[in-house]
Amino acid sequence: MNYLPGFIDFYTLYDFCLTLFQNFGFGDNAEWLSYLTAGVIISFIVINLMILSTAFYTWFERRVLGRFQVRRGPNRNGPFGIFQPFADVVKLIMKEDTIPTEADRPVFTLAPIALVAPTLLIMTVIPMGESSFLGSLNIGILFIVGVTSVNSIAIFMAGWGSRNKYAILGSMRGAAMLISYEIPMALGITSVLLMSGSLAMTSIVSSQDIWFIVVMPLGFFVFMAAATAEISRTPFDQIEAESELGSGYNTEFSGIKFAILFLAEFMAPIVTAAVVATLFLGGTKGFDPIPGQIWFVLKMFVVIFVLLWFRATWPRLRVDQIMGFAWKGLFGLGILNIFIVAIEIMIFRTEEGTVGTSNMLIMSAINWVIAVVTLLTLMRIYGQKKLERPIPVPSPLANMGVEAD
Amino acid sequence: MTGIRTEPITINLGPQHPSTHGVFRLRVTFDGEEIIDAEPVFGYLHRGTEKLAETRNYVQIVTLTDRMDYLASMSNNLAYVRTVEKLANIEVPERAQYIRVISAELQRIASHLMATGFLLNDLGALATPLVYCFRERERILDLFEMLCGARITLSYMRPGGVFQDAPEDFWPSLESLVGDLPHYLDELESLITSNEIVLARTKNVGLLTDEQAIDNSISGPNLRASGVKWDLRKADPYEIYDRVKFDVPIGAIGDTFDRYLVRILEMRESVKIIEQCLEQIAPGPIRANTPFFIRPPAGEAYSAVEGPKGELGFYMVSDGGVAPYRCKVRAPSFINITPLRDMLKGWKMGDLIIIFGSIDIVLGEVDR
Repeated sequence: MNYLPGFIDFYTLYDFCLTLFQNFGFGDNAEWLSYLTAGVIISFIVINLMILSTAFYTWFERRVLGRFQVRRGPNRNGPFGIFQPFADVVKLIMKEDTIPTEADRPVFTLAPIALVAPTLLIMTVIPMGESSFLGSLNIGILFIVGVTSVNSIAIFMAGWGSRNKYAILGSMRGAAMLISYEIPMALGITSVLLMSGSLAMTSIVSSQDIWFIVVMPLGFFVFMAAATAEISRTPFDQIEAESELGSGYNTEFSGIKFAILFLAEFMAPIVTAAVVATLFLGGTKGFDPIPGQIWFVLKMFVVIFVLLWFRATWPRLRVDQIMGFAWKGLFGLGILNIFIVAIEIMIFRTEEGTVGTSNMLIMSAINWVIAVVTLLTLMRIYGQKKLERPIPVPSPLANMGVEAD
Repeated sequence: MTGIRTEPITINLGPQHPSTHGVFRLRVTFDGEEIIDAEPVFGYLHRGTEKLAETRNYVQIVTLTDRMDYLASMSNNLAYVRTVEKLANIEVPERAQYIRVISAELQRIASHLMATGFLLNDLGALATPLVYCFRERERILDLFEMLCGARITLSYMRPGGVFQDAPEDFWPSLESLVGDLPHYLDELESLITSNEIVLARTKNVGLLTDEQAIDNSISGPNLRASGVKWDLRKADPYEIYDRVKFDVPIGAIGDTFDRYLVRILEMRESVKIIEQCLEQIAPGPIRANTPFFIRPPAGEAYSAVEGPKGELGFYMVSDGGVAPYRCKVRAPSFINITPLRDMLKGWKMGDLIIIFGSIDIVLGEVDR
């Protein structure tokens, strides 16, 4: 596997700074100074990279949605309308930044930052080259699970702080939904951890001789559904629920605060796509002439497109149906998946605790059979119920006369 | 877990809200997410159409009716001119009747497409089905443009006939549209009708029993969705509806899904009606010889047509002058929201939007 040169991680940068500062005679101060310098540089890179890709993503989303909807999408600013997001941002920044009189000012002001920060933090542990921005952080996936949980607090802060009924309804739904979907998401991740035997993102990638989407389709399904809910996209977009709640938790936000909420919201699919690509699609793995980074971006785009496809075609579930889906559906499937994968690993693992490629193939075969059988059974049970309709019988209360028929 | 104090929350849904289909306000009391009370408040779009009608002559009033149900101007025109014809005893030429029926049925399709599209939008399907519906409605509006130059506020019909005969290129366009419409509807249905989420959201939601529907004087697709086979086009045939064959689709239990499905089926029936009209229509005059200032003999008349939203009736009193003494509109949208409170109670916030959307009201008609 080859990689594009030029990827830096925190510890390489730290070592470089340390040598630099020591040579310039900072002595004892060199250590914390290099931490600071390396940190600032890494943050600068991550934030700007993410903002730029979010800008591109919003354009991509609107173009793709346009195509789905028999229209063109933004095509006025620049070639193919690629500068549309910049025009949007300029517009948003120039808007008045209002804070409602009754709002809880500190909470209201902090909410956008609290929402955007975790999303950015996730990006630091995604291995985009040979390692992630934080080097090979040995608890990468645990870090992601922990950091994403902050989202629900941020959304609740936004809703609570703005003292608006629609906002509080949206954020109450959000808190309930996000916390519920943490569990199936963690279950999906657990099965990946069982396979890879490590919490580090880089080892998860390197252990995927066969992509985990092939090895455990059920785990992928559970994780993908839960992740879609975590970023509150259709069919789980209860937090915003445009047709019901106006705009949900961000109803009262305007100007740059809204721009930041918007940024966080549109950054989420990119981050999710990155996590899915790492956990299930083999991360930077691919075949050789094309560098790993390109593979990674391609995989991200596939996942993003699938998310957009959901968004363009599916209506929204009701709030109780969403909770039911998490606890009755995904929870059970996740447990089943872990159970099967754990047994298989117990049978197939080698001395070092890993599973060989040929055994992975056997596992995939078994898991695909189980996944297809499970999902088909569920579809049959619910599918037949869904098409059940009584035959329409004209009511005896009205009569159009004999010749009417 | 005792001792947590909860209290109901009252929300003013509207008049500015994405899903109120205009400027409608619902004062809803929620217990958590559950609706315990809902009170419709309307009148934000009141323009005094009925009073204005008293100061205009009988031809001018046609333009007022356009602006009531602005998604179905043709049906409004038809209901109005039929009342005037009844009041003044005007015979309408046959060709005019056919053209009127064709345009009213096209308008019904356009209106039902809007209802379906916006119902799906209310369901949260981010405009994709809506845009599909709009694409088809666009072709119907193009046809209307050929007929009378306008697309929304048409004013095409006149007491005694229609304003002008359809141009030559209208007929081939209409034929090609009628040929395409069933495919369009198939495409729309393949997106929606068997969609798991749509079914989960709409089935058994917002029930309206046949008894309730009749008690509340509901009419149109909402009534038929409750299983009541009642259609004015069959029950009291007007124009040339007794010469065409069509079914009256009914729903099974009267839930939101039935209200959606009945509209889809009705569009298919409308296509059939237009096809038959195209076969039967013959050349001839398109307007009876009426004076510009119609002076009907003193008296009163009520006439109703099966509009897209329900029984659309006009009650007019004449004192022998050029303007009606009184004009009263039986607006189906207005009457169809009567059982709203009963239908909403006990459902959730998300259901409120789709139940309200499935009733399909137009605020221009509710407030007049």
